[in-house]
Amino acid sequence: MTKFIIRRLLLLIPILLGLTLLIFVFTRLLPGDPATTILGERATAENMALVRESLGLDRPLHEQYFQYMGGLLQGDLGRSFITNRDVVDDFLQRFPATIELSLAAIIFAIAAGIPLGVYTAKRRGTWVDAGGTILSLIGISIPIFFLGLMLKWIFAIQFPILPDSGRIDLVNYFIPRVTNFMTVDALIAGEPGGFIDALRHLVLPALALGTIPLAVIMRITRASVIDVLNEDYVRTAHAKGLRDRTVDGRHILRNALLPVVTVIGLQTGLLLGGAILTETIFTWGGVGRWIYDAVTARDYQIIQSGVLMLALIFVLVNLIVDISYAFLNPRIRHS
Amino acid sequence: MSRTAPDPEALLSVRDLEVTFGSGDRVVHAVNGISYDLAPGETLGIVGESGCGKSVSSLAIMRLLPKPAARVRSGSVILEGQDLLDLSDEEMRRIRGDQMAMIFQDPMTSLNPVLPIERQLTEVLETHRKLKRSGAVDRAVELLELVGIPAAKNRLRDYPHQFSGGMRQRVMIAIALACDPQLLIADEPTTALDVTIQAQILELMRTAVTERGTALILITHDLGVVAGMAQRINVMYAGHIVERATTDELYGRPRHPYTVGLLRSIPRLDEGRGELVPIQGQPPDLSRQIIGCPFADRCFNVLDRCREEMPPLEQAPSAADEHLVACWNPAEGERLVPSGFESELAS
Amino acid sequence: MTGAAVSQPVEQQERSVGLWGDALRRMRGSPAAIIGGAIIIFFVLMAIFAPFIAPYDPTRGDLGSSYLPPSGEHFFGTNVQGQDVFSRIIFGSRLTLGIAVMSVTIGVTVGSVLGALAGYFRGWIDATIMRGVDIMLSIPGLLLAIAVVSWLGRGAVQIAIAIAIVNVPIFARILRGSLLALRDADYVIAAKSVGVGGPALLLRHMLPNAIGPLIVQATLALATAVVDAAALGFLGLGPPDPRTPEWGAMLSDTYRYLTDAVHLAFFPGIAIVLAVLGFNLLGDGMREALDPKLRR
Repeated sequence: MTKFIIRRLLLLIPILLGLTLLIFVFTRLLPGDPATTILGERATAENMALVRESLGLDRPLHEQYFQYMGGLLQGDLGRSFITNRDVVDDFLQRFPATIELSLAAIIFAIAAGIPLGVYTAKRRGTWVDAGGTILSLIGISIPIFFLGLMLKWIFAIQFPILPDSGRIDLVNYFIPRVTNFMTVDALIAGEPGGFIDALRHLVLPALALGTIPLAVIMRITRASVIDVLNEDYVRTAHAKGLRDRTVDGRHILRNALLPVVTVIGLQTGLLLGGAILTETIFTWGGVGRWIYDAVTARDYQIIQSGVLMLALIFVLVNLIVDISYAFLNPRIRHS
Repeated sequence: MSRTAPDPEALLSVRDLEVTFGSGDRVVHAVNGISYDLAPGETLGIVGESGCGKSVSSLAIMRLLPKPAARVRSGSVILEGQDLLDLSDEEMRRIRGDQMAMIFQDPMTSLNPVLPIERQLTEVLETHRKLKRSGAVDRAVELLELVGIPAAKNRLRDYPHQFSGGMRQRVMIAIALACDPQLLIADEPTTALDVTIQAQILELMRTAVTERGTALILITHDLGVVAGMAQRINVMYAGHIVERATTDELYGRPRHPYTVGLLRSIPRLDEGRGELVPIQGQPPDLSRQIIGCPFADRCFNVLDRCREEMPPLEQAPSAADEHLVACWNPAEGERLVPSGFESELAS
Repeated sequence: MTGAAVSQPVEQQERSVGLWGDALRRMRGSPAAIIGGAIIIFFVLMAIFAPFIAPYDPTRGDLGSSYLPPSGEHFFGTNVQGQDVFSRIIFGSRLTLGIAVMSVTIGVTVGSVLGALAGYFRGWIDATIMRGVDIMLSIPGLLLAIAVVSWLGRGAVQIAIAIAIVNVPIFARILRGSLLALRDADYVIAAKSVGVGGPALLLRHMLPNAIGPLIVQATLALATAVVDAAALGFLGLGPPDPRTPEWGAMLSDTYRYLTDAVHLAFFPGIAIVLAVLGFNLLGDGMREALDPKLRR
């Protein structure tokens, strides 16, 4: 098992190196000159040159890359060309918002998707199964932004039972930022009302972001359970006279969840992408919207560091998923 | 036989068991009203080609047929005076794994790949014997030693993929024997194994059932496998029992033309000169209505009557007692194989 | 012996024809494929005959009649500029379908070439390509598309390329996977044993059998492409001319006026959902039709 983890960690190195190179080259391909962005169109040539020099943009590309990598290794991701704020600080401040939202979404997706998948699989061929299959197909076909808008319209405008944007009611609650997880900070501040309000703010964005993963998880669970139901060892389990509950949990689900685990890992990428849209619709101050704004403003430093960190998170989540897969599957653990 | 009342002495009495698959315009008649008795401690061989209903009928006894695809149309399965087909699912569950157990064909896929074998053994004991975990583990070691797994104690935490095919089948046998069942059903237990391993597994099963007085139903397509094991043999064809006799009698004086065909098609070492006679043709399509004897089209003794009416399973003329055959024109009962051949086949 | 080996590939070709015939027959029996196909045909016809169906010029606004609710005159109402939403949805199908088809074509082509190279040559070529694929897949797809659009520009072709780039690694991986699985197939070994090798082996014996999963994935990728194109439009990265009718942009134009004019978001949204659902249904039906596990 340790060997397996070490091998997987070693495999990460070329991927991360390639990623930094790709992102670096890519940001240099973007049209527009950061010096112009900073100084405006009417800046003098001398000033422009000065800015370029101070940003290191006058040096050859490979030197710029090494400088960038050197900074990376020391945990220095530079400063925004535009706001001059430390990118790491900005990221750390916004990232918890994205995590909070993504976690809520994926927990919702797993908590609903797996039971629904099992339920429809065990009733395959019935109208319950057919209905569930159609609903899940519609679920994966609704774009996040459309679903988000409709949820907002129904639950925040037509029937105003939930807040339509933001992370907390700023008028009624003042929550000092400690972890930047709003729910956690509310608890730290000893504001149970604020905690509940933060949760209420989470509901609609999490539903919007979690629906596609929910449908995907449900579909893969259903398919996987149906496969496992036909396995000989399930028949053996029944031949042993085990209780249905034991057969379902110990024999069917433990095997059926193997592919589901992998799919959950792959959903993280979609969540991070979807966060850009969700954060836009619900004015959620997270990383997704931050990077999007950086792309439109050509803030190189934020783009390259932000994308790198999101990719790093995706890679790490999938590493964890692979390890838990190996942990669940003895055939891989021992190979 | 088929109309007689269940034998009170018998451990298991199957009467008029009929199983179909599918519904609507495509119904497969897999088992067509079979009846037999099994005495306590007896070993019964059920022999036939694939698709003859031998596995389906025994899954029906265990009530393990896939739902809702398969349906038991009629009949009764009486284990110790209790009709299993009348029991609730929960009552049946308590019997499975406890009073009756089953071993399947493919030991590669019949064990759960993600559970250590310890768990797969102890869960039976915990379910039926209400043993605590530690007691169940001790018993699991005993069982593994009993089925001949070397260093059993050290292998408890191993997973199925760490065992060879033969060893896995030993584990399956240990699981099946865990609660000392009165009836063990083994569905082609050696088919998936190497020839050398086959004999070892059969020997293990033979000693295990003899020592414990367990009744055994051994399902196989291989006449060599049952020869040395079974006291009595049912030959099945197209969902019917076509012949039933003691092993000696069946091998010595086969009466049904199908049985004769089966025995003729066994390769033999002592007759090297092209005596192999395959049975012509294919088994019938069981989704079609069959009028008369299903073997008629392939039979060397066929009469006109055979195509009109299915012969009942009755005492064969001029044969030993309880040699039953379902045939209008049974074979003479010539000795096809020299006496003592059964043990030779089995070795 | 040689004779048997030579006949092997021929048999395989017959079987692969059988497979396609069989797949087509099964698709006709699959409600998912039929409904999905019908939805797609509906949108394709809508795109082709847009000028004949649409009651108004989709770009012509009339500020005097902005914000009208749905009525007999304007089925889906009008937007801020007074443009007819119904006509804009009809014309919008052209851009959406065009981008989707273009992007998937590019993605399949480039991805297949990379996947075939990796799966056929193995060794360092394989390792290099697959590491590249891993890197690409570690960047969230929408983010990658946003980045590419901001690099290349916001024209339809550029958007299609951006979405294609997201798809390339997926197709490369699928084709490589199928080829690797086929490498050890008996008939490929048989073909090799009689001296068939190189491109002939790849093109004649392996590709035709690896193409099923690719077609299924391509259909499903059309669904994702529709969503991605709309998402870019929604984020303001759609076609630069705001008069161009584009479904995603139509949603973003209006989401600020949700309280008063929900129809402005509702109808284009439904159009996107239907198109995506159509491709998903079709892809699902095809997957089931092509799945050898279900051919029992």
